[in-house]
Amino acid sequence: MTMQNGITHRSKVQEGLTENQHRWLCDRAQFVRLEAIRLIEIAKVGHYTSVFSCAEILAALFYDVMSLRRGEPHWQDRDRFLLGKGHAAVGLFPILADFGFITREMLESYTRLGSPLGDHPDMTKVPGIDFSSGSLGHALSVSAGMALGARRLHKDFTVFTLLGDGEMQEGQVWEAALFAAHHRLGRLIAIVDRNGFQLDGRVDDVIGIEPLSAKWRSFNWEVHEVDGHNVADLTSLLRQLKADKVRDKPVCVIAQTVKGKGIPYMETEPGWHLGYLAPEDAQKAINHIKGQEG
Amino acid sequence: MDKTISSDSWQYRALNAITPGLNYLSDALIDLVEQGHPVMAGSADLQYSNGLNKFAACYPERYIQFGISEQNMVSAAAGLATVGHMPFVATFASFLGLLCCEQIRMDVAYCKQPVRLIGHHTGISLGFYGTSHHATEDISTMRAISGLTVISPADGPSLAAAIRASVDWPEPIYFRIGRGREPDVYAQDMTFQIGTAIEHSQGDDLTIIACGMPVKEALDAANVLRSDGISVGVMDMATLKPLDREAVLRAAQRSGLLMTVEEHNIIGGLGAAVAEVLAEEGCGTRLLRHGIRDEYSLIAPPNHLYAHYKLDAAGIEAMARDVLKNSRVGSQQS
Repeated sequence: MTMQNGITHRSKVQEGLTENQHRWLCDRAQFVRLEAIRLIEIAKVGHYTSVFSCAEILAALFYDVMSLRRGEPHWQDRDRFLLGKGHAAVGLFPILADFGFITREMLESYTRLGSPLGDHPDMTKVPGIDFSSGSLGHALSVSAGMALGARRLHKDFTVFTLLGDGEMQEGQVWEAALFAAHHRLGRLIAIVDRNGFQLDGRVDDVIGIEPLSAKWRSFNWEVHEVDGHNVADLTSLLRQLKADKVRDKPVCVIAQTVKGKGIPYMETEPGWHLGYLAPEDAQKAINHIKGQEG
Repeated sequence: MDKTISSDSWQYRALNAITPGLNYLSDALIDLVEQGHPVMAGSADLQYSNGLNKFAACYPERYIQFGISEQNMVSAAAGLATVGHMPFVATFASFLGLLCCEQIRMDVAYCKQPVRLIGHHTGISLGFYGTSHHATEDISTMRAISGLTVISPADGPSLAAAIRASVDWPEPIYFRIGRGREPDVYAQDMTFQIGTAIEHSQGDDLTIIACGMPVKEALDAANVLRSDGISVGVMDMATLKPLDREAVLRAAQRSGLLMTVEEHNIIGGLGAAVAEVLAEEGCGTRLLRHGIRDEYSLIAPPNHLYAHYKLDAAGIEAMARDVLKNSRVGSQQS
């Protein structure tokens, strides 16, 4: 199926994903984008494009791949999700509200004085956040600790960690990469949102990270590349990876994405890493994402 | 060539066999496991320096080798804690308290994870290994981190007792410990109360407030001063945070002079913490902060450094005599 104007998806639905499921996941990705625009209006500044690049990844994980229980953010056997690129939290909070992990009131308090919800996620204040982030480079280490700790306790959950591609420049990522491979953390699945941009410009102009797949492979990780906006491919791959209980290598999924995906002028302008859409532009963006005019 | 070596030669891995102080850490953790606590220990390629090799041999499934990646170790320890483990991670204090400062702040303290951080070979105890291996700022960095308890035991028995006392302590803890060669100050069965200073003695003329290795030296110095008729008290401020403010005030009210002694920069450390209390409470009591005076330590064997920086008993005694003779503390300070 195809979404107008914004996000196109392969018409051929992948094995295991019904037409309805596919439509639902596309709808949830759209929901993430629309909610991010709505919430950022409160703060009057935010990371639209960092959310837009990972909207399908978040949708696939939360609405299909991960084992979660609505209304039970602390369910012990849930799959874990860590948002290394914590600045995309404004795309995650609406999902937490949708799952009943946080209240509507909490969601609407986003960035207001004393709110639990800021630009970066805080596990001590926000049910459903499995670990706080904001300082890039930590999340993979924390995830490795979780995965190793879970294995020692004979727990079966999977740890999913969404990293930014700019985050690859942090040295601690590679400490964690060595550690996770050495300890054979097969239940750890890292996803790199390879949207190609960071605050100062193109990642490959700032400090290049290619050949990225080869790097992870050389660190003894299993590596997959996927179109990060194709929910069918994403879901199919992540389901398979999660189902493989005998794999003894951690996995890195490099999701090829477009920063600002869905809003054409954001897709071509790196300055939109951080920005604000005035109400009339926000409305046009909303219309565009909904496949209406704009 | 002939592979036999002289009995005076030694190799690194046998080091802990000749420094029994190092066993306190492992033994305390082994006790916790035997009591049913979900201990998980880790170290960054220094298990023979901190003695955790003994724990690792006892409980290999509870020991994690992190390799030379201290920041990864601290963050991963936080991850371990989220799933129910009680992680103890150890490395040199210079790396833990400085290199990993941000991981401790973000992943341990801010996230309220009950991680136990063991910064060993603190202060200038690594002697001629040099500034890279000295930790003379770690009290300062660690006590500025909200939600982190900071404990600096004077010896092995008090380290073990502090670990026993920490089981139900709600905050993460930074343990600032020595190199395992400190003479025992306390009995094996001592009880440690987190947040309570250990008042060894009281004095009208002077109270020495020390933490870590200098406690033993301060006790010895006080004995000599007393034999000259000087009334000296000694307090072991083993918990730096939360600081026992009442104990500081009691000492300030009783003694004409306070002197802090620490194996740390006088900026930001124990002396600074005591000074904050005195100033905030409006005490007029004079204070000499004795420690490393905002400089990088010279290179020398540790005991030579302790003598040079007047952190041994003779040095502390000399500093105390000097300051008691002079009316102004400032004349002692650089």
